[in-house]
Amino acid sequence: MDFVSALDPVLLARLQFAFTISLHIIFPGFTIGLSAFIATLEILHWRTGRDLYLKLSKFWLKIFAVSFAMGVVSGLMLSYQFGTNWARLGIVIGNVIGPMLGYEVLTAFFLESTFLGILLFGRNRVPQWAHVLSACMVAIGTAISAFWIISANSWMQTPVGFEMRDGIAFPLDWWRIIFNPSFPYRLTHMLIAAYLSTSVVVLAVGARYLMAERFEDEARTMIRMGLGMVIALAPLQLFVGDQHGLNTLHHQPVKIAAMEAHWDGKGPVDLVLFAIPNAETERNDYEVALPHVGSLILTHTWDGKIAGLKDVPASDRPPLLSVFFGFRIMVGIGMLLIGIGFVGAILWMRGKLFDARWFLRPIGYMWPLGFIAILSGWIVTETGRQPWIATGVLRTADAISPVPAATVATSFALIIVVYVVVFSIGVYYIRKLLRHGPQGAAVAHSDGATPNSTLAAAGSATREAADGEQVI
Amino acid sequence: MNALYGENAAMLPLIWAAILALAVAMYVLLDGFDLGVGALFPLFKAEADRDRMMNSIAPFWDGNGTWLVLGGGGLMVAFPRAYAIIMPAMYLPIIVMILALVLRGVSFEFRWIAKPRHRVWDFAFSIGSTLAAFCQGVVLGGLLQGIHVVNGSFAGGSFDWCTPFALFCGLSVVVGYTLLGACWLVMKTEHDLQARARRIAKPALLAMLACIAIVSIWTPLMLPRIADRWFSVPNFYWLSQVPLATLIVAWLCWRGLHKERAAQPFLSAIGLFLLAYIGLLISNVPYLVPPAMAAMDGGNAATNIGMTIQQAASAPASQQFLLIGTLILLPIIIGYTVFVYWVFRGKVGEGYH
Ligand code: HDD
Ligand code: HEM
Ligand code: HEM
Repeated sequence: MDFVSALDPVLLARLQFAFTISLHIIFPGFTIGLSAFIATLEILHWRTGRDLYLKLSKFWLKIFAVSFAMGVVSGLMLSYQFGTNWARLGIVIGNVIGPMLGYEVLTAFFLESTFLGILLFGRNRVPQWAHVLSACMVAIGTAISAFWIISANSWMQTPVGFEMRDGIAFPLDWWRIIFNPSFPYRLTHMLIAAYLSTSVVVLAVGARYLMAERFEDEARTMIRMGLGMVIALAPLQLFVGDQHGLNTLHHQPVKIAAMEAHWDGKGPVDLVLFAIPNAETERNDYEVALPHVGSLILTHTWDGKIAGLKDVPASDRPPLLSVFFGFRIMVGIGMLLIGIGFVGAILWMRGKLFDARWFLRPIGYMWPLGFIAILSGWIVTETGRQPWIATGVLRTADAISPVPAATVATSFALIIVVYVVVFSIGVYYIRKLLRHGPQGAAVAHSDGATPNSTLAAAGSATREAADGEQVI
Repeated sequence: MNALYGENAAMLPLIWAAILALAVAMYVLLDGFDLGVGALFPLFKAEADRDRMMNSIAPFWDGNGTWLVLGGGGLMVAFPRAYAIIMPAMYLPIIVMILALVLRGVSFEFRWIAKPRHRVWDFAFSIGSTLAAFCQGVVLGGLLQGIHVVNGSFAGGSFDWCTPFALFCGLSVVVGYTLLGACWLVMKTEHDLQARARRIAKPALLAMLACIAIVSIWTPLMLPRIADRWFSVPNFYWLSQVPLATLIVAWLCWRGLHKERAAQPFLSAIGLFLLAYIGLLISNVPYLVPPAMAAMDGGNAATNIGMTIQQAASAPASQQFLLIGTLILLPIIIGYTVFVYWVFRGKVGEGYH
């Protein structure tokens, strides 16, 4: 126990939050995208009547249901952690971010969770248009949810529209608070990230089926839909990300300095391709850099200057490694996806897409790319604003609850055990569903009129899946 | 706009307290029956029965649980100071409750995928449901007995909540949810399953009445402020209606079970919960954080005065901003919630096999 109480409750609370939210964000990243994909399939089926779309929708719906359940339960933990670990956060900035989280519950959570019931179990209970509408409601609900939570988070990055009285933030202008300076960029970037990551998954699964020569019609549709989205969204994400970065340079220059590992604010900015930023010696070890290119990207001039890390005291600098490497991983994946989109587009135009095994086979393994980029991106954003929890308003160390380290450590241990078990099994089950593909009773017509029969169908399908063949 | 900030500013916290009370009531009633169904799992061993039980709540559980997010979120928005006290004080029961909800929440999906090796998720589902219910009762009990507060922040220990009283409240909530769950099954299922749910509901009803009685005697004995509230004249004449009504509703529930009516037991079980809830509100208004029992603060009552609705309120501008949306959205939410229950009306399990 002595060991535990010697630990820093702030550090423990941060680690606990980082752990839970990192597991959470993977699922929203997937469900935001997948719900939109399913809504599209449902609309296509409704308008064209083609069975293929129905089959695909039913198949992805099951994967969606599993992911959504994991997203919901991990989110529940987060919203209560604000109180258990970060009680001072609520007191100091609760006046401002509280109502935004409240609106998220009212406008998004109820919408998605209620219509989910109809989407999953109501296909035979409501007219088709109502079922399609439910699919759209769920998709819209997840996007609205992103709107509010990103707004709250962006306000913590770039707070405006409030005043401090006795150390507590009071809202002055809700419009400015919600549409704070970094919000439009962050929301766009995150929504594209979600749609892009899901498209990569759809594309990869399609590629795998095609390589295995199974479900070839479905596979081609998935590849077309997935690749089409990647072709459109990957370059767009580069553009939005660039704008996002320029905006951050304006509002959080230290964060950009950390991303670029730029120490000295006096000279022109190098584009550091690789380095290990060293906080002790205040310089980069093993640096590989392109001189002046950083200035070119960030200021659009050859000699432009930006603030460097040395311009602020060491106590105001964020952790360097996570910001620096997180950023490079994200951008690297972004570039890779642009490349995939480019090559795919050329093959597609030449009519060779479905024969290019050298292209499709590796793509089958790329399904986690988007999620890795999402995680890296958030790590850049969140660690980059340290040591502040709300930039210039509240330091992370001051936001903590009056609870002893031992309590935080105990709960953390419990959380790790449950999360590791639940989420690894969940991922295993998703994989299992994917490996068996759209076959059997999972996507067969269920004629019964009760939720029971749909579920029973799902049950027998998975039973068959458990014993039956694996396709990929 | 400014009218609300001025002389009427005192109204806002009251309105918010009412909204929160509504959210908590909705949560307890709705998630109560689906947690109760989970708690009943060990009593129904056959796979087909369990399939049907799960199906009867599968379309609703997520929406039901969202009221918990509204309750927790609403407390943070409207009463951040109370939130900052209650959450750290109830740290462990809350974390355990959420982990229990995690386990049972994923079981809804995992169970179908795992088949035929689903037993472990049956177990997770019933343990998760029972534990979550128990922790909710513990939090309730921990709140009732009071929290040690100095200068507006939590000043107690991590295990202050752990008293015989709070543990008994935990047990009571499990019993109560079991009654709700059994009555729900009576309403939504047929044949053998329904008959067995009915046989379980009767002892559950008696047990719940016993729990209500014990808590109602225990609290005034333990807390003089609650004894004052109920037993002083003229309060007594008005408030004695609550236990009377409780007895009548309990009788209705019993008769509904006895006469094999479908919906009456469930509706009167809801009535029982509402009456118990009203009793709790009467005992504790205007406190959001009741003052701690004398034993817990070393007898230093002067520094330990709890926190009232008005003291805990957030900025009027914040309360008002969210209030506008709430007044518009809450009726819509209730509207589509009713719609979903209507879509899935009727017995579950027809045509199975
Ligand atoms: C980009 C979007 C996004 C981000 C940044 C977050 N979430 Fe989330 N959250 C969602 C997008 C989302 C969603 C798409 O709406 C979810 C995910 C999967 C799901 O089922 O709904 C969800 C579910 C979800 C739930 C369960 C809702 C229910 O009961 O239906 C809660 C309580 C939270 N989240 C809370 C949080 C908190 C406190 C966060 C930050 C600290 C957070 N989320 C980050
Ligand atoms: C292609 C080039 C990309 C660039 C130039 C770029 C740029 C940025 C920048 C500058 C930030 C930090 C903003 C801040 O903290 O203020 C960021 C964050 C983020 N990025 Fe990227 N990004 C790119 C690709 C991607 C890709 C491909 C994904 C995911 C599929 C992604 C997902 C995210 C996420 C989730 C965040 C955190 C939330 C946010 O601040 O928006 N990014 N990105
Ligand atoms: C889902 C997207 C998000 C991700 C992936 C994310 C990620 C992270 C990470 C990795 C940390 C740890 C940083 C560190 O300790 O250095 C962190 C901290 C934190 N973030 Fe976020 N975050 C997200 C959204 C939010 C939102 C929306 C809020 C609030 C409205 C928020 C509030 C916090 C808080 C309170 C901490 C703990 C204090 C800290 O360590 O900075 N985060 N987040």
